[in-house]
Amino acid sequence: MLKPIVEYKDVHKSFGEVEVLKGINLDIYPGEKIAVIGPSGSGKTTIIRMLMTLEEPTSGDIYVDGKNLWKMEKNGEMVRANEKHLREIRSDIGMVFQHFNLFPHMTILENCMTAPIHVKKEDKEEVRERSIHMLERVGLGDKLNNYPSQLSGGQKQRVAMARALVMRPKIMLFDEVTSALDPELVGEVLEVIRDLAKHEDMAMVLVTHEMDFALDIADKVLFLDKGIIAEQGTAREVIEQSDNARLQEFLRRFRK
Amino acid sequence: MIKINALIEVFPQLARGLGITVSVLIAAAIFSYIMAFAAGLCRLSKNVFIRKATSVYVEIFRGTSLIVQLFWLYYAIPMLFGIQLGSNWWTGVIAIGLNYGAYMSEVVRGSILSVAKGQTEAAIALNMSPFQRMRLVIFPQALRMMLPEFSNYTIQMLKATSLVSLIGMTDILYYGDIIRSANLSQAPIVYVLVLIFYFLLALPLIFLQRKAEEISKKGVASQ
Repeated sequence: MLKPIVEYKDVHKSFGEVEVLKGINLDIYPGEKIAVIGPSGSGKTTIIRMLMTLEEPTSGDIYVDGKNLWKMEKNGEMVRANEKHLREIRSDIGMVFQHFNLFPHMTILENCMTAPIHVKKEDKEEVRERSIHMLERVGLGDKLNNYPSQLSGGQKQRVAMARALVMRPKIMLFDEVTSALDPELVGEVLEVIRDLAKHEDMAMVLVTHEMDFALDIADKVLFLDKGIIAEQGTAREVIEQSDNARLQEFLRRFRK
Repeated sequence: MIKINALIEVFPQLARGLGITVSVLIAAAIFSYIMAFAAGLCRLSKNVFIRKATSVYVEIFRGTSLIVQLFWLYYAIPMLFGIQLGSNWWTGVIAIGLNYGAYMSEVVRGSILSVAKGQTEAAIALNMSPFQRMRLVIFPQALRMMLPEFSNYTIQMLKATSLVSLIGMTDILYYGDIIRSANLSQAPIVYVLVLIFYFLLALPLIFLQRKAEEISKKGVASQ
C-alpha cells in the first residue's frame, strides 16, 4: 500500500480571534492531483500556505514523508522547528502564487536559475539548460532575457510555474493561480497545468475557483466550508452524489 | 559694481578651497553610506538590544543640529574625555558622516521593509535561507529604491560641508570669508562665486540622481 507523502493531523489555524481552520485531516499521496474548492474565506489558501511553511499551524501536525514539518526533536522533546529543519523538508515542496511574485530585478531565465544554483548548489550550465527547456515547455522560449515587467499576466504565471518546476519538487502547490489574470489569459495558464497534471508524477494541490477545470483534472476534490473539509472524493462523487446542500449551492453558482 | 578684474582676482582664491570641499564630501559620503547600511540593518535586527542601541544613535543625530554636533566633536569631546578625533578634516568627515548616516539609515530600513511581502514568500517557496533571501531577492530591490534618496542626501551633504569652515578647514566658504573680511566691497562678487561653485559641484550629483530615479523605476516589486 502506497504511503501518503503529506499528512495533516487535526490541524487548526487561527488568525487572532478568528479560527480559520478547525481540524483538517488530509492525506496526499505521491502523484495525486487534488483540487481544493470552497467559498472565499473558507481557509483553502491557508491549508497550502502551512505546507509551504508560510503559516504556522496553531495546533495539530503536518507530516511530509513521515517527518513532522513544524516540530522537531530536541533532547527527547518535540519543540518548534527551526529554520534548518524547515529548509530540509521544504526542498520537496514548490508553490505558485496568485500574484506570481516573480523577482522583478532578474530576467526570466535568472528567475528560474537562481534557486537551483544558490540553494541546491547545482551546476550552472546544467541548470541553464534545464531552465531553458522548462521555459520552452511553458511556451516562453523566446522571452528568456526579458524582465517580468515586459510580460503579460499569463506569461508571468507561466514563468512562475517554470521557476518552481526547475527545483523538481515532489509536491506542487497552486494558490489561485488564475485569479489575478484577465479572463482571456486564464486559458493559457490552465493549459500548462493540464499538461503538468498529465505528464508529471509529482503531487499537485490546486486551490482554485476554476471549477470545471478542477473537476476535470483532479483525482480528488476537497470541498472546504467554514474551516473544515466538508466533502471529499473523486470529482464525480463530489458533484453527483453529494447531498451537502452548501456544496450543491456552491457548485450551482460557480459552474457554467 | 562687479568688475571683471575683481572676478579674475577672487576666482583663483576661492578655487583653492575646492580640494577641501570635495575631499570632505567624498569621505563623508562614503562614511555616511557605511553608517546608513550598518544602522539600517541593525534596526531590522531580531535582537532588541541592537535595535534599541541603534535607534538611540539615529534619533540623537537626527534630533540635534549638525553644527552643534560638529562643535561637540571638535571642542567639547577633546576637553571632556581627552580624545582627539584626529585632524579637523577627520572631525568634519565624522560629524557629517554620522549625521547623514543617521538620516539615510531610515532610507535603508524603509526600503527593505517596503519590498513586497510576496517576494519573501516566493524566496521561501524556493527554499532560500534567510540570508539568501536578503542577498538575492530583498536587498537588490531595496537598493534600487534607495538610490534616488541617497543621491538627494548626497547633494545636501555637499552643502553641509561648508560648515567645516567653522572649525578652521580651508574650504571654499572659508576663503570666501577671508576675502570678504579683507575687502568688504567684494562681498557680493565673493558670495555669488561661492554659490556658483557649489552649484557646479552639485550638477553632476543632480545628474546622478536623475539616473538613479530611472534605475529605481525598473525592477522593484513594492507594496
